[in-house]
Amino acid sequence: MRDRITAQSRSTDHITDHITLQVTRYRPEIERETTMQTYEVPCPKDWVILDGLNYVKDRIDGTLSYRWSCRMGICGSCGMTVNGEPKLTCATFLSEYAPGPVRIEPLRHFPIVRDLVVEIGDFMRKLTSVKPWIIRDREREKPLSDGEYLQTPDEMHEYKQFSMCINCMLCYSACPIYGLEPSFIGPAAIALAQRYNLDTRDQGAEERLAVLSEHAGIWGCTFVGECTKVCPKNVDPAGAIQRYKLQAAVESLKSYFMPRGSR
Amino acid sequence: MIEPRIEHPAYTLHHPRWLRQHVSTYWWLSKPSYLAFILREISSVFVAWTIVYLLLAAGAVSQGAVAYADFLDWSSAPAVLTLNVISVGFLVFHAVTWFNLAPQAMVIHAGGRRVPGAVIAASNYAAWAIATALIAWLLLRRG
Amino acid sequence: MAEFHDVVLVGGGGAGLRAAIAIAETNPRLDIAVVSKVYPMRSHTVSAEGGAAGVIGADDSLDEHAYDTISGGDWLCDQDAVEAFVEEAPRELMRLEHWGCPWSREPDGHIAVRAFGGMTKMRTWFAADKTGFHLLHTLFQTSLKYTTIRRYDEWFVTKLLVDDGRVRGLVAIDVMSGKIETILARAVILCTGGCGRVFPFTTNASIKTGDGMALAWHAGAPLKDMEFVQYHPTGLPFTGILITEAARAEGGYLINKDGYRYLQDYNLGTPGPTPVLRSMELGPRDRLSQAFVKEVEKGRTIDTPYGPVVHLDLRHLGERKIETKIPFVRELCQRYQNLDPVTELIPVRPVIHYMMGGIHTDLTGATPLPGLYAAGEVACVSINGANRLGSNSLPELLVFGARAGRAAAEYAANSRPPGDASYALLAQANDERHRLEQLFARTSSGGVRLAALREEMQTTMEESAGIYRMAEPLRRAAGTLCGLRERAAVAAIDDRSLTFNTERLARLELSFMIDVAETIVRAALRREESRGAHQRTDFPARDDRRFLAHSLVHRRSDGGAFVEYLPVTITRWPPAERVYGRAHA
Repeated sequence: MRDRITAQSRSTDHITDHITLQVTRYRPEIERETTMQTYEVPCPKDWVILDGLNYVKDRIDGTLSYRWSCRMGICGSCGMTVNGEPKLTCATFLSEYAPGPVRIEPLRHFPIVRDLVVEIGDFMRKLTSVKPWIIRDREREKPLSDGEYLQTPDEMHEYKQFSMCINCMLCYSACPIYGLEPSFIGPAAIALAQRYNLDTRDQGAEERLAVLSEHAGIWGCTFVGECTKVCPKNVDPAGAIQRYKLQAAVESLKSYFMPRGSR
Repeated sequence: MIEPRIEHPAYTLHHPRWLRQHVSTYWWLSKPSYLAFILREISSVFVAWTIVYLLLAAGAVSQGAVAYADFLDWSSAPAVLTLNVISVGFLVFHAVTWFNLAPQAMVIHAGGRRVPGAVIAASNYAAWAIATALIAWLLLRRG
Repeated sequence: MAEFHDVVLVGGGGAGLRAAIAIAETNPRLDIAVVSKVYPMRSHTVSAEGGAAGVIGADDSLDEHAYDTISGGDWLCDQDAVEAFVEEAPRELMRLEHWGCPWSREPDGHIAVRAFGGMTKMRTWFAADKTGFHLLHTLFQTSLKYTTIRRYDEWFVTKLLVDDGRVRGLVAIDVMSGKIETILARAVILCTGGCGRVFPFTTNASIKTGDGMALAWHAGAPLKDMEFVQYHPTGLPFTGILITEAARAEGGYLINKDGYRYLQDYNLGTPGPTPVLRSMELGPRDRLSQAFVKEVEKGRTIDTPYGPVVHLDLRHLGERKIETKIPFVRELCQRYQNLDPVTELIPVRPVIHYMMGGIHTDLTGATPLPGLYAAGEVACVSINGANRLGSNSLPELLVFGARAGRAAAEYAANSRPPGDASYALLAQANDERHRLEQLFARTSSGGVRLAALREEMQTTMEESAGIYRMAEPLRRAAGTLCGLRERAAVAAIDDRSLTFNTERLARLELSFMIDVAETIVRAALRREESRGAHQRTDFPARDDRRFLAHSLVHRRSDGGAFVEYLPVTITRWPPAERVYGRAHA
């Protein structure tokens, strides 16, 4: 029994619309600066930018390097700058940019390793620095056999939004503070810290405060708000940061007027 | 051992040189929302000026009618007038942008549920309107 | 110069991270490495949507979960493994809750469970419809706590180092620099996931290329039950994106071009207004996929530029229910197919989703090679048998990830460092480095693009080893794949750079995929019966007399393969007929 298989290669034969991609290239072995290369790719209605890039790599130029994996907006690999805006290339239709050309560049504010691939080690370190795990006092830990920590849907709602971050770093790319001041801890890291701070099962808010209330922590943020605008998962990191600023300010007042020992 | 095509000394085998992307001094002109942000930040300068101006006005009033008349003369000089007109524009811009942002920064619970963002913004506007009306009434009824 | 770690994990997804944490907690003195070709939060675990099964209801029992799993697996599951699995699953899921996983809750704060295809009771824990995402991120973030876990992100493993029959290390390419590195270890755990990318329509991400299966195969470990590949009956036709079973569990209908709920023609019960567990649209996946193929034969499917599809109808559920229970489904349809399921029909077709088969392991995750362990989709214990039930795979990652971690930790603690063997191991590593360098140095000869070879492999697999199989196409496929392997071995790549050369990796992945594809075809050819996901039109009946056994594909020294059989472990549930649509007694 023969299924009518139409792999991507065959299904482009009937397509008449095309669009030009202007793609950043950077090969450290042979150049010091980025260059731009243009490619012409088909532009069917349901193709996303990533499909265009895959077409280039598979059929035209195998040397183009970029990251991708799930192509459904959940792994966070495929963030790039498209016509100046940070986007997930698996979730952005090519036809939106017709007649083109479409400029595809690596994510801003990160060092470029190769073509559209950026180095994200700084982000990974910052994520770790906010201690993004459940912190509980040893005496208050529940044995597994006692079952779950009760948490009502309303209590979950408090932090749910901040738990949706896919670590795509579009927010870091949009944030001018991070661009100007690379030591800024950044939106996603603070949102993740808030995700744990607001989780009723966590007791680590005080531990995280030390990292977050540094100058390069939350106080680096001036509420530009671009991070929230570009976030593909509606995490609203700007909101997380401003809310936390209030909390952090109250906490530091408290610790000033009521030192730990006397509380 | 493979020899890559090294055409310049900035790359050594297995040590790729990362390219740091520079942020232009004019980054704030690259997007309308960035420009709006910068204007919002600059508006605080004009807010500060307005406060200084009101303090000068209060000072002039407290020094008597002559001082106050001098103050009004000075205020009607083209430079000061222009500055104040611009300041009013920025004041409104400042208020509107911050009222609209307030819901993002404040999560208030009432009766076990979150107060919707629109309500928070609306109550700011309402308070502003009421305060403005009250002050206007106070100033204008004097005659 | 080589790195040394006590235990090295290849793969940083659900199973890999759970195993790493298990080792760190069991033995804080052991030094652990997690080597992954992508950053861990990109692992394919992140895409899982529906949920994870674990018995917590008062009216539910371990025996029932076990029976559902065993009957769903068409009696090819090792029952001792299933019994261990169902017992530990609830504890593992609870452990995740303690680590912060945002499981969806009842109004009173207790964990909520929902129905899932093939399960007779509601026992599927879920985190909205992004269970895999939350599970992976919880595991990843928790793993950051342990200072004994060191990560090698974006390192691509090309070979396992074996000395005297024991696995003692690996060779990997540091993708960023292109440098070929060696890591020596006392134990290696493979958690690299499945190989859906050997087929053309798949829910799997681009990274699911069967790397671990091929690595183990080359090292001398047999692959078990490879012929059992699971189709998910509802995937979007072009991208292969999965429309979760939950959409059907909430009440969606599958209809053909006449608007008819065609599943009632295939012994899956009678259509009713609300979903009934194990009946109609909540029947097991393999039966739903087979029904699709039959509908195509009858000409009752809808034609699209990407092949035949049927429709998933959610319109009668209403916007409110869709937004609260399955919002991700709506989001996927709008973003990737440009349609709104509240008002339109979703085109779907069966897509490859999961590999029941994998590296042969025992209940502790140990492979026949000392020092080598495996867990997760890459392994075959087997708890899924001939067909996996939905929501069993996430708990499988946790249960067997933890077991393999603990077993490897014990093995590592009791084994000596390589010592004299290091010379032999480093020599092997050097040979591998030369092989990779020579492969890389090959310049263009013939102009065949990698993508063309890959597509040819995928088409061959779909035609011969798809939902329905027959001897002759399988034999031809084995020959085609042999030819493909030779052509792939001489294929050249455009990219000459050492820095982040993804084309170089794609060629290595292609060779892994061809190896794995061949084991699938050989195992499918030898199994002359129909069971679960393996359906032979020339042998349509189940044959317990000859084939109540696992197929084991071994690699011969000349590179070929031979198949032998391992009897299934039956403890308490003698084989019976798989029945659906009738209420469970």
